[in-house]
This record gives sequence, C-alpha cells and structure tokens, in this order.
Amino acid sequence: MTEFLLAAAIFVLAMVALGLVRILRGPGDADRMMAAQLLGTGGIASLLLAGTATGEAATIDVALTLALLAAFASFTFVKAQSAPRQDESAREDDA
Amino acid sequence: MNAVLDLWTVLAVTAGAILFLAGTTGLLRFPDAYTRLHALTKADNLGLGLVVLGLLPQVDSVSAGLKLLCIWALVLLSGATASQLIARVLLRRDTHS
Repeated sequence: MTEFLLAAAIFVLAMVALGLVRILRGPGDADRMMAAQLLGTGGIASLLLAGTATGEAATIDVALTLALLAAFASFTFVKAQSAPRQDESAREDDA
Repeated sequence: MNAVLDLWTVLAVTAGAILFLAGTTGLLRFPDAYTRLHALTKADNLGLGLVVLGLLPQVDSVSAGLKLLCIWALVLLSGATASQLIARVLLRRDTHS
C-alpha cells in the first residue's frame, strides 16, 4: 500500500507540474493564477498521500499550511486585480 | 475487512488521480478562461476529495482522519470562494474591454 500511495503522490505532482505550462502560455493573468491554484491543490493532495504512506504526521500539517497559503494567494490576486479596475469605473462614472 | 478497505483506498485514490489528470488536461486544452476555471474546480474539489476519502481507512487515529477532512473542507471553502472571485474578475475584464 505504501508503494501505491507514493506512486499516486508522484503521479498527481507530475500532473500539476504539467499544468504549469498554462503559466507559460497565459494568455491572461487569471489563467496563470488558475494554474498556480491547481499546483496548490495538487501539492496538498500529494503531501497527504506521501504523509499517509510514510506515517509522518507532520506532513499533514504542512498540507494544512499549504491549503491556507493557497487560499490567501487567490484572494490577494483578486484584490490586486480588482483595485485599479474600481478606480477606472469610478472615473468613467465621473466623465 | 482489511482487503476491502485497501481496495477502497486504491479505487478512490486512483479516481482522484484521474480527476487531477482531467483537470490538467482541461486547463491546457479548453478554449477560454471560463471553461478552464470549470476544469480547475472539478480537479480541486472532487480530485482532492476522492484522495482524502481514499486515505481515510489508512490513518491510525480518528483525530488524524478528522484532520484530513478539515483540510478538504478548507480547500472546498477557499476554492469555491476563489473561483467565484476569479470569475468576477474575468467578467469585469470582458465587459470593460
């Protein structure tokens, strides 16, 4: 069972690493952010698989931290994207 | 009983890994950002969920299993919120340009 779980962890990690091609190709910032979000979730999944396979309890805590950081990364992206847009729409309203 | 639980782990983790494969394929092959967001959220919620459900029989204690479920719940909540927010950014960009 340990070998199967580790193999699954490597497979999931390879899949999300392949998804990083989307960061190269773009075209928009949101597409790049989506690939980063998939990397976050895939990283959590492979950490959980590896942690359960090896019986290392601390790895599960690392996955929990990664889940929290991935959430904050997405929210920060949206915050940064929407701030100047609001200014533009305010100017358009004035004009 | 043990063999049944192991079989469940193999089936659920394999299904979760296939969903990650589908998510990556969708992210790379779908034509626009909205459909890519759709592919991403399936991999996020269901892929990780199946991996967590598959791992539940393999953990030592009840608290370790609850921790796995908590991580899944956190990813579900943050993924749902983040995809709504990203879709709103995309929609605003498309209607303004």
